[in-house]
Amino acid sequence: MEKYVYLIPLLPFLGALLNGVVLRGRIGKPGVIAIALGSVGLAAAMALGVIASYAAHSAQYPYGLDLHLYSWIPAGALHTAVSGGGGVANLQVEMGFFLDPLSCVMLFVVTFVGFWIHVYSVGYMAHEDGFQRFFTYLNLFMGAMLMLILGNNYLVMFVGWEGVGLCSYLLIGFYYKEEFPPYAGRKAFIVNRIGDFAFMIGLFALVANFGTLQFTQLFERIAADPALALSHYHFGMNVASFVALCLFVGAMGKSAQIPLYVWLPDAMAGPTPVSALIHAATMVTAGVYMVARSNVLYRLAPGVSLFVAVIGCATALFAGTIAIAQTDIKKVLAYSTVSQLGYMFLAAGVGAYPAAVFHLATHAFFKALLFLGSGSVIHAMGGEQDMRKMGGLKKYMPVTYWTFWLGTVAIAGIPPLAGFFSKDQILGAVAAKGQWVLYGVGLLTAGLTAAYMFRAVYLTFEGDFRGTEEQRHHLHESPKVMTVPLMVLAVGAVVAGWVGIPKIATYDFNVFAHLFDRVLRPVQGLTPGEHEVHWAIEAGLIALSVVVAVTGWQAIARPIYGRGGLAGGEKWARRFPGLNRVLANKYYVDELYDATVIRGFWATARGLFQFDASFVDGFLVHGARNLALVVSRASGLFDKYVVDGLVNLVGTILTGFSALFRRVQTGYVSNYALVLAMGMFALVCLYLVLQRG
Amino acid sequence: MLEVTTNHYLVLSFVLFAIGLSGILVRRNMITVLMSIELVLNSVNLNLIAFSYQHSNLTGQIFAIFTITVAAGEAAVGLGILIALFRLRESTDLGGAAGLKG
Repeated sequence: MEKYVYLIPLLPFLGALLNGVVLRGRIGKPGVIAIALGSVGLAAAMALGVIASYAAHSAQYPYGLDLHLYSWIPAGALHTAVSGGGGVANLQVEMGFFLDPLSCVMLFVVTFVGFWIHVYSVGYMAHEDGFQRFFTYLNLFMGAMLMLILGNNYLVMFVGWEGVGLCSYLLIGFYYKEEFPPYAGRKAFIVNRIGDFAFMIGLFALVANFGTLQFTQLFERIAADPALALSHYHFGMNVASFVALCLFVGAMGKSAQIPLYVWLPDAMAGPTPVSALIHAATMVTAGVYMVARSNVLYRLAPGVSLFVAVIGCATALFAGTIAIAQTDIKKVLAYSTVSQLGYMFLAAGVGAYPAAVFHLATHAFFKALLFLGSGSVIHAMGGEQDMRKMGGLKKYMPVTYWTFWLGTVAIAGIPPLAGFFSKDQILGAVAAKGQWVLYGVGLLTAGLTAAYMFRAVYLTFEGDFRGTEEQRHHLHESPKVMTVPLMVLAVGAVVAGWVGIPKIATYDFNVFAHLFDRVLRPVQGLTPGEHEVHWAIEAGLIALSVVVAVTGWQAIARPIYGRGGLAGGEKWARRFPGLNRVLANKYYVDELYDATVIRGFWATARGLFQFDASFVDGFLVHGARNLALVVSRASGLFDKYVVDGLVNLVGTILTGFSALFRRVQTGYVSNYALVLAMGMFALVCLYLVLQRG
Repeated sequence: MLEVTTNHYLVLSFVLFAIGLSGILVRRNMITVLMSIELVLNSVNLNLIAFSYQHSNLTGQIFAIFTITVAAGEAAVGLGILIALFRLRESTDLGGAAGLKG
């Protein structure tokens, strides 16, 4: 079964090919749905089979199963800096796939959540133009995402990495007739490009130093001899740190971390299922996956790891504070996503890779659920996204309400729902590392998360309806095709955390953490195992995080928004007008970037244009033209008077001679006869003279 | 009694030739020119026959007969051209046939 793993990304690609090229515009909606859902559903089923089969045989593959498909780039001999003492390596980039617990977890999350979002989209996009185009892009995205998580080397991963970026761009700008979505798509693409640039530098550094990009070879070699990665330097950093930093800058772009997070909130311009699939559950977590996959490098680079943790922690708090002042329901969720991604990087930064991936998985369920719930609300409200115009939707759409509520409890970190377990593991790991500042910020963010999410629930579903009469008239629960995915994901949001119940409650039986024993390859010279804290401290930390989450809900969101409704919130906003303005305007970061980076870019472009216009065009091009004119005039004169003169001279000579000889041809027969006779006499005379002589 | 020798024939032949040639060169009437050409041809015939007689060899006389035959053909062709030209120009003047002048 494992050897058919290549079919998993291939099936969605095939679906995209059918819907996007072969049968484009030739089949109706049922056909489009059959192809799109069929390919993804089949891929999801195959994924389950592959995971089950791998789990049964995993004992045979201690550090994951490499499946070689074919040699993609047989580049050949390459001088490398460190491999085998500065020797020659044979660079072979393979098209191949890699199965280990990490990729299995990702595989399950992506195919499962992806499939249910496809189902949901059938209902959500039912009345939109470009139905087939939408599903083509969605399938293409699934294929690229599966390439990303299944590739057995960095280059295959990079292909998927760029593929999901492309699909993200296409889907953000899906409503291309409006003004803002295409702009948001371009913004996402360009900001991601900045990160991808660093990512590529990281890959080049890996090739230059080790001559391979394959995970197994690379990590095996480094783990056995860390000196390889620690004894060579680039820009004052050792190879491990340099590569880790470059890869993390790539992850900053893809996973929306400070300072490259600005594209994700704008990406909400795309259809809501896209926000759920790409900008919450799967693509944006690719950076976390990549860092977890490269854990050998990050463990050898403690400085970079700390940087990752600090950036993640700062992003979590920063985005959390912005989320609390947003009025657009999707913007709240977008900043919440940025914040939760920061959480994941915080975990990865302190070395708690299992916790990071665990949070990734649980977050995929509840955040996809929340986004789909918000999509259901927006659908019912006829496209309205402003929470100030909602309210009291509970009685109109009970299924959406209850699933959204479950998702909110899950993300807030209240046991026994999924978010509690993963968030608690992260905070526990941060505390175990002794990073108490980061722990404090993380805890604060947890409280903020509960506050802003319950604020969204209260504003949207509780109180009185604040929209127009017409909107009230149209309010309805979404169709089954949309509510069933909500229910499925709600179940996921409840139970997904149960695979990672903390050690303290299960006598050291944390299934999820055990999975990662095989992902975290032991590195020579590094002590294995996580830092342990005393069980009493751990219990205290768990209790504290629950208390903080409940406080965020019961002590902040409920009194202000639950009882006061919108007016309660506005009362508090009036009390801190400056703070509210800064938060509502997202700390003016977009304005800052606009004033510095974008204006600077335009100024540079204008400067270059002036240089082009004055120096290149004015001096070089016009100068060359004038020089050419002078030379060609001289050449023209030479032609006219010398070359043509010679030609005319020949003609004149010929004309002169012919005028001379023409005289002979009188046309009078007598003249010819006279010449004939004289010629004969001359010949006779000559004969006689010669005879004499 | 003066004996007629080859030289007499040669002188006669030369006189005839000179009369014919001057006729060709001087006269402008095409018929006269044709007649002059006949004179030239016959002076050559006379020459041929005179030498044939002197050498007792018939080759010269046979040659003369050929010349007469060719002359007859030449006269026919020449007169044909002459008539065609006359029809074209309504004149037998040689100057009128100077149309080939380059």
